[in-house]
Amino acid sequence: MSLIEVTDLSRTFEVRRKVSRFRREVHEVRAVDHLSFAVGAGEMVGYIGPNGAGKSTTIKMLTGILVPSSGSLSVAGIDPSRNRVELTRRIGVVFGQRTTLWWDLPLRDSFELLRRIYRIDRDRYRRNLAEFTELLELGDLLDTPVRQLSLGQRMRGDIAAALLHDPEILYLDEPTIGLDVVSKGRLREFLRTLNAERGVTLLLTTHDLQDIEQLCSRVMVIDHGFLVFDGSLELLHERGGSTRTLVVDLVDEAPPIDVPGAEVRKVEGPRQWLSFPAKASAAPVVAAVAASYDVADLSITEPAIEDVIRAIYTR
Amino acid sequence: MASPTTRTAPSTGPAPTPAPAPLRRLGGNLRWGFRAYGLLALMWIRVSFTYRTSFVLLTLGQLFITALDFVAIVIMFANVDVLGGFGLAEIAFLYGGSSLCLGLADLALGNIERLGNRIRMGTFDAMMVRPVPLFAQVCADEFALRRLGRIAQAAAVLTWATASVDVDWTVGRALMVPYLVACGTVIFLAIFTLGAALQFWTTDGSEAANAFTYGGSTLTQYPLTIYPVEAVKALTFIVPVAFVNWYPALYILDRPDPFGLPAALQFSSPVAGLALCLLAGLAWRTGVRRYRSTGS
Repeated sequence: MSLIEVTDLSRTFEVRRKVSRFRREVHEVRAVDHLSFAVGAGEMVGYIGPNGAGKSTTIKMLTGILVPSSGSLSVAGIDPSRNRVELTRRIGVVFGQRTTLWWDLPLRDSFELLRRIYRIDRDRYRRNLAEFTELLELGDLLDTPVRQLSLGQRMRGDIAAALLHDPEILYLDEPTIGLDVVSKGRLREFLRTLNAERGVTLLLTTHDLQDIEQLCSRVMVIDHGFLVFDGSLELLHERGGSTRTLVVDLVDEAPPIDVPGAEVRKVEGPRQWLSFPAKASAAPVVAAVAASYDVADLSITEPAIEDVIRAIYTR
Repeated sequence: MASPTTRTAPSTGPAPTPAPAPLRRLGGNLRWGFRAYGLLALMWIRVSFTYRTSFVLLTLGQLFITALDFVAIVIMFANVDVLGGFGLAEIAFLYGGSSLCLGLADLALGNIERLGNRIRMGTFDAMMVRPVPLFAQVCADEFALRRLGRIAQAAAVLTWATASVDVDWTVGRALMVPYLVACGTVIFLAIFTLGAALQFWTTDGSEAANAFTYGGSTLTQYPLTIYPVEAVKALTFIVPVAFVNWYPALYILDRPDPFGLPAALQFSSPVAGLALCLLAGLAWRTGVRRYRSTGS
C-alpha cells in the first residue's frame, strides 16, 4: 500500500455572492475535483498549479485540517479527517508564508517545547537537533527570538521544527518563496539529503519551477481542481511538446537557416533562433547548420518548464 | 551526518479493550490536554520573565487600573450610605466576588478571544497540525501572568469585605465563599469559550463576547437591586451572570431575594455553570467542525 492514497477526492465550497442589496446567491465552487493519486514511501513529489488551482485545499485535506466533501483519503494508513491528532505525529508541515513557531520564543525554546508536545524521546531529540542545527546552519540562531529572524532563517527554523519528531512525510507549502538564490540552493540541498538519508517522503507545492527541476522526480499538475498531469519531469516535457532552442550567431546576416529537424523561430540580424524537439539530439542539427553556414557561435537553451506547464494548462 | 534513523513501527494506538475504551480515551485526552496546557502556559510565563521590568510594570498597571474601579465605589460611599439597599462592605463583597471570578477565568483562557485573529491570519492551521487538543492550545496562547494583577486586587477586596460584612458566619456560609468563586469562574470560562466559538462564524465576534464577559462582570459588581426586574431576569435566565456572585451572595449575606425570586436560585450556580459549559462545549465542537468544512 502506498504511503499516501487519494481516491476520487473532492472538496466543494459554498460561496455567497451578493446579487443585490438583499439577495445573496449561494453557488458551489469545486476546489478539488475527483482527485486520485498515490505517493509511495521515499518519493519526492512536486505539486504545482496556478493560484487557486486547489493545491492548498489538497494539502489541508491531507493534513486533516479540512474534511473532504467526498472521496477517500489515507495517509500513512490513517484517515486524516477522522484521526487528525494521531496523524500529526507522523507528518511534518511547513507553511512557507507563515511560521508555525512561536513568534516571541527563541528557536531553542520553540524546539524544546515541541519536544515536550510531541513527547520526543530525549536522545532522539538531541540527535535530531544536533543534526538539523548543523545541516541547516542554525547554530548561531538558536537563541534568537523567531520574530527577529530573517525570512530564510525562519524558514530553516520552521523546517527543523517540522522534522524533530521524525515524520515520515513532510509537506512543504512554497518552501522557497521569498528566499534568495543562495538560500534556495542550500534548502534544496538539505531536502535532497533528508530524502536520501532518512527516506522522508516529500510533497511540495511551489511556484518556483527550479525547485521541481532540482528536487522532484515526479510532478503533479493541478488546474481548476483537476489533476491534469501526473508523471516524471521528462514525460511532462514530452506532453507539453517542449522544445529546445539552438541559438546560432552567423558571421553574416543570412536568410532563415534551412536544416532538417529544426525550424527557425526568430531572426535578428546575424542571430537566429531554431527550435527542435526536446527529446531529439542536438548533434545532427548542429552538424547540419555548421556544414552549410559560417557560424560564429552556438548555444542551446533547455526548455523552460513554465512554457511546458502553460501548454498543459491551456489545453 | 548521522546515519539514517531507523523508525520504529508505528503503533496503532491503544490496544482495543471492550467497553470502557472510549471513556478511558476521553480521560487520557483530558489529562494530556491539561498537561499540554500547562507546558504551553509555563513557556509563556518564562517568556514574560525575560522582560522582567515590563512584566512587573504591566502587572502593577493592571492592579492599579482595576483598583480604580473600586476606588470609585468607595468615593461614591463618601456621599451615600447605601446603594440599592446594600452597604459598602456588602457591595465590596459583590464586587470582589465578580471581579475575582472574571480575573481567574481571564487568566486561564483570556486569550481565547484572539481566535478570530488566528483564523484570519491562518495561524490556526498551525495549531491543527500539532498533537495537542485545539482548545488547550487556544486557551494557553500567550498565557499572561500579568493578569494576576486583577486577581490580587479582587482577592484583597473580597477578603476585606468578608471580614467586614455583618454576618453570622456559619460553616455553611463560610463554605459558600470558595463555592461562589469556583462556580463564578466556571461561568465566566464558559462565556469566554462561547464568545470564542462564535468567532468560527464571525471572526470579529470577540467584541460581542467581551460585552458579556467584561460587561457582565461590571454589571454584577453592583447589587442587582439598582436594575429593573426585567434586567435581573435577563441576567438570570438569558446571560446567567447573576449566578456568578449575586445569588450565592444573597445567601451568604443572609438577604431575602429583593425581587421575590425563588430561594432555590441561590444554590443553582453549579446548574447554571454546567449548562453554560455544555453549551460552550457544543458550540466549540460545532465551530471546529464548521472550520474544518469551510476552511475559513
